[in-house]
Amino acid sequence: MLNGKIGDKMTETYQFKGVSSESATAYNFAYLDEQTKRMIRRAILKGLAIPGYQVPFASREMPMPYGWGTGGVQVSASVLCPEDRLKVIDQGADDTTNAVSIRKFFERTAGVETTEETAQATVIQTRHRIPETPLTEDQILVYQVPIPEPLRFLEPRETETRKMHSLEEYGLMHVKLYEDVAQHGAIATSYAYPVKVEGRYVMDPSPIPKFDNPKMEMDAIQLFGAGREQRIYALPPHSRVVSLDFEDHPFDPSKADHACDLCGAEDSYLDEVIIDDAGGRMFVCSDTDYCRARRAAGHVGAEGAPYEETTR
Amino acid sequence: MTPLLQVKDVSKYYGARIGCAEVSFDLYPGEVMGIVGESGSGKSTLLACLAGQLAPDGGEVFFDTRAEGLRDTLRMSEPERRMLSRTDWAFVHQNARDGLRMGVSAGGNVGERLMAVGARHYGQIRAQAIDWLGRVEIAADRIDDRPGAFSGGMQQRLQIARNLVTGPRLVFMDEPTGGLDVSVQARLLDLLRGLVREMGLSAIIVTHDLAVVRLLADRLMVMKEGHVVEQGLTDQVLDDPQHGYTQLLVSSVLQV
Repeated sequence: MLNGKIGDKMTETYQFKGVSSESATAYNFAYLDEQTKRMIRRAILKGLAIPGYQVPFASREMPMPYGWGTGGVQVSASVLCPEDRLKVIDQGADDTTNAVSIRKFFERTAGVETTEETAQATVIQTRHRIPETPLTEDQILVYQVPIPEPLRFLEPRETETRKMHSLEEYGLMHVKLYEDVAQHGAIATSYAYPVKVEGRYVMDPSPIPKFDNPKMEMDAIQLFGAGREQRIYALPPHSRVVSLDFEDHPFDPSKADHACDLCGAEDSYLDEVIIDDAGGRMFVCSDTDYCRARRAAGHVGAEGAPYEETTR
Repeated sequence: MTPLLQVKDVSKYYGARIGCAEVSFDLYPGEVMGIVGESGSGKSTLLACLAGQLAPDGGEVFFDTRAEGLRDTLRMSEPERRMLSRTDWAFVHQNARDGLRMGVSAGGNVGERLMAVGARHYGQIRAQAIDWLGRVEIAADRIDDRPGAFSGGMQQRLQIARNLVTGPRLVFMDEPTGGLDVSVQARLLDLLRGLVREMGLSAIIVTHDLAVVRLLADRLMVMKEGHVVEQGLTDQVLDDPQHGYTQLLVSSVLQV
């Protein structure tokens, strides 16, 4: 399956087909040139072969600032083919600046179809969330990663952290968790929660909430791109992903103790939204597509109005 | 009786200059060895070579490992040597800041070695950290303070606790009392002497302070310009120095 999805692309060169606007013809398909895409695909294949290992790659300058997903965009550009359907989310939402601009970027430079529906997409680029709807074997999830090195804030030397990875010296990761428990009485790390992949590499799952950590054992391919730090790493489908913890302070994938106020979902990750300056707040699904689909199916939360097709 | 550490002809050259040349000695379990000498005499170079931090240009260092008996630490693989250095070995730096993680609380500093060898129970790690802070006379309520909030003497004691928590058998100390005032030095020495005797540790102590070796060391090695000029029982060397440099060293100690 990996060969089918990524390996074939090593040998193929896509001609630009789906011209959606006139300005697009000036670009190679999906912006990057074919040599660059092949270089990135090689890094992706290596990453898939060694789950959790950070593969260095020659990150290119992209027409957007670092921190806006330059790594994820390069990975997406390398795995996209003209018949793909792309979905881009930022913190779970399809309609935030980052998601809209990256989606528009690929509409213009690749001319691929885009969608907001998780189940319809073949490639999903995400910033800081995993969609609530379970992904399938036909999908690729691309993460934007700011800092790929989980040990960075504990050990600033890159030479040393590489040695620690190669010698599997991960005691230091637990020092961070120890500090959490000592200061807060519980493991207070709530996002970018370190995981151990296939019993070998400790990996930073990018700043997804720890609520999403258990979802990382999924059917889809997961690719992680860090543009500024020039690293790519990957999880093949069904990889074993264990969140680190203590025996007496086990991992707890927590979320806000509410139901979604719009769709009433109790199993989704929630955003807290401040709605006035008198302390009023509501909790809504961070995954906008999941919330919309539920409301379309007739679910209504405490403050939700019945779903109307025309509002979108 | 097999020696714990067997050093044979260890030499280290910095280009044409001598770091230390052809140093050989045996260290037996429970024994404390002092290395004295002036600045630049190669004491610290020798210690770094023995502890695997510097690669010597020649010679052999055998350590009596728990599993496999005598092993040449210079030729063992790096993972094995790093494993040794966080289980059976300990290294106390002169400057506590080199040996501590300044961004991590005292408890985390002590617990790091435990977690590095696989401890995954928070309650037990913390209990051991509290126990060890007690042994080095740091109050248990300071456990969540960072080392930056500690005085120099406390930092040095914390470093010692952090190193001894996994029950090492060999401790390397590089001027453990340097930079501390005399009353704190005396307390630290007293503490070290107690711990070394109580745990049956072997230790190699590099210092230029003769009082430290008089108090702690069973045996003494005097170095000058990279060579060992005299060695023997501490009291014997200090009370009846044979080599000219040792005589100079002993007579240079200020009497108050």
